[in-house]
Amino acid sequence: MKPFQAARRDFLLQAGGAAGAAWVSAQWPAILSAAQHAHETAKSDAPPKFEVLTPEQAKDVEAIASQFIPTDELPGARETGVVYFIDRALKTFASEAVPVYQKGLAELKQLTSETFPGVKNFADASAEQQEKLMAELAEELNPEGSRPGRQIQIAPGGFVRTVWQHTILGFLADPEAGGDRDYAGWKVIGRDPAHSFSPPFGYYDKDYPGWQPTSPESEKK
Amino acid sequence: MSQAKVTYKPSDEVDFVIVGSGAAGGILAKELSTNGYRVVVLEQGPYLTEADFSHNEVEVFTRHQLTNNPGLQPTTFRKTPQEKAQQGYNVMYGRCVGGSSVHFTANFWRFHEIDFMEHSKVGDIPGAALVDWPIRYADLEPYYTKVEWEIGVSGLAGASPFDPPRSKPYPMPPLPVKGSGVIFERAARKLGYHPYPAPMAILSRPRAGRSACVNCGFCLGFGCEVGAKSSSLVAAIRVAEATGRCEIRANSYAHQIAVDKNGRVTGAVYFDAKRVAHLQKAKAVILAANGAETPRLLLLSTSPQFPNGLANSSGMVGKHLMPNSHAIAFGVFDEPLNDYKGFAVSRLLHDFYELDPEKVGFHGGGGIDARFDFTPFGFAMNGLPPDTPRWGKEFKKALRQNFTRTMEIFCHGTSLPVESNGFSLDPDVKDAWGLPALRMTYRDHPDDLKLASWMKDRAMELLDAADAKTKWHGPVEETQFAVHLLGTCRMGNDPKTSVINADHRTHDVPNLFLCDGSSLVTSGRGQPTMTIEALAFRAADRIMALAKRGEISS
Repeated sequence: MKPFQAARRDFLLQAGGAAGAAWVSAQWPAILSAAQHAHETAKSDAPPKFEVLTPEQAKDVEAIASQFIPTDELPGARETGVVYFIDRALKTFASEAVPVYQKGLAELKQLTSETFPGVKNFADASAEQQEKLMAELAEELNPEGSRPGRQIQIAPGGFVRTVWQHTILGFLADPEAGGDRDYAGWKVIGRDPAHSFSPPFGYYDKDYPGWQPTSPESEKK
Repeated sequence: MSQAKVTYKPSDEVDFVIVGSGAAGGILAKELSTNGYRVVVLEQGPYLTEADFSHNEVEVFTRHQLTNNPGLQPTTFRKTPQEKAQQGYNVMYGRCVGGSSVHFTANFWRFHEIDFMEHSKVGDIPGAALVDWPIRYADLEPYYTKVEWEIGVSGLAGASPFDPPRSKPYPMPPLPVKGSGVIFERAARKLGYHPYPAPMAILSRPRAGRSACVNCGFCLGFGCEVGAKSSSLVAAIRVAEATGRCEIRANSYAHQIAVDKNGRVTGAVYFDAKRVAHLQKAKAVILAANGAETPRLLLLSTSPQFPNGLANSSGMVGKHLMPNSHAIAFGVFDEPLNDYKGFAVSRLLHDFYELDPEKVGFHGGGGIDARFDFTPFGFAMNGLPPDTPRWGKEFKKALRQNFTRTMEIFCHGTSLPVESNGFSLDPDVKDAWGLPALRMTYRDHPDDLKLASWMKDRAMELLDAADAKTKWHGPVEETQFAVHLLGTCRMGNDPKTSVINADHRTHDVPNLFLCDGSSLVTSGRGQPTMTIEALAFRAADRIMALAKRGEISS
């Protein structure tokens, strides 16, 4: 069983346990349907074929994505198959970004060969050369400060920002959205793939004695 | 015993047509139908259930599965009425059966006495149109209790010394504490404040055939897969449908309220999913479409009798928008909190609910909570310290180090009512149905920005007291994006300065009622949904009393 399905299965069992039989019987068709949906989604990580990107473009996109989230002792964008996520995104929810990719990749190709004569594609450049190019291109990704708005807008922006957003989405989005292959991205950031949790959740709440009203002593200050 | 679902024909004159199925509309539907009235609820969004809800960030955030879609429904924005508005993404609200209560955080604070009578206490505030409500906290108290027991709120009565009086404890104990809550509670006590378990509209125990929260961690922004979040969908709509007298008609976009020659409303005109227009006939109409769409619908409903829009003889429809001021700060700690587990908020303090303008130099007040409300993707986009690189080795390292160790302190506060702030129809931009787009005009009252900045300083002090390893805050900036849509058809006794009376009846049309965020007279301290729901319970009682006395039907 794939880890994704396992998490879903555990969730269903735990949800039932937390709720009791009455809830499970009332909601069973809904749960079943959700599980089915999850199963369908999980199946879709079969060995992929690119549908939008050419093989050459895919290599460049993968090279860019692994500049954003490089491989170290833990998997990066490359190992989590971000480029396949992006190709599927361009076929589906992000189809309006196809022209952004087409134009951006063509410009990147040109920039690469102008900056490093003899190098044809970004993916062919050495790690050092790629990093140098990205340092220039990714200027626009510098933080603008954290926004209080919780809604995340994935507005069609410039090429670099678009690939960046799609890379992070492919690395970390819940597998139900087609990202985070085998939960590799979540493992990197320490996110337990389980679908439900019980307290204590972490270090600070594990010895919490329970809420008490403010004591009169502390009121005196 | 649950009845078969009912379907009405548009030509059937039902007792009530309710536009909107959210926090207010759902409760009105439940109350009216369980008391024998025949009700049609028109909801512009789809009818989704637990089976449709997921952790799919692409569906939820990029395809707007649960909220208004700026692609279909553009909005425009300007700071002052003199400017030409520019198209953007300025308003967000729930667009599905259950409305915003499906995806909300579920903070459920009651308003306090002060919120209803602030003008009497502080007097006029320059640049604001602050007035008292025509009702008081005591009028609403029984209905707050009703929300807690019938909709489902977890909390601990008496835990906050600043809480207003209550007639009954909460029906369920608070949700478990999170790491962010423990850190916040210790720091707040060190500083002499009174942190307490946050009241949340999320079940801590199984109740009414619904599951308790399973702490999945995909809460804010998402629909609850186990029905633990007390949305209108699970807590009210289903009860309404079970009466066999209430039809929830989804994918039905109301865009005109029909009026007869006597100036009475006869029903609501809506587009169905195929964009065919129908008139659903009704003896009375209740708009609960939210503080943006309710005024928009009134302004769209012009007629020879009502050239400035329906129920708008005062000219006050759409005015006095109050989106609630806010500020946010972040702290990173040495050990893992794993605050991604569970609902968002577990601790709160109300020590700053009523600030003394003499001491702080501005008018207002607020509440401060401890939370974590990011998905992994959202965290990578918005949760790292400002000086952290956004790509490459250092970016990945920061994600690894910080995701489990970060918490937020969120400050929520007042917005003052300013007449020029609000919603109107854009003269140029149209939505996908060819109707004028929603135009937002907004410039923060200076006191609101001062309050946000003041609260941000308190949040940073709390993080100091908590020994946060790293801390920073978001920018305090002018509002251009509204989620809390409050005050735009406000309640009042004077038909010249308000749109509805204390019974939620429009001053101009005897069988037209409004009940949602637009009814609010003041903004509270940042968490309006509990009050919107209490108002809906009360409005249902008032409307049924009028109906029984024969004062609605002509």
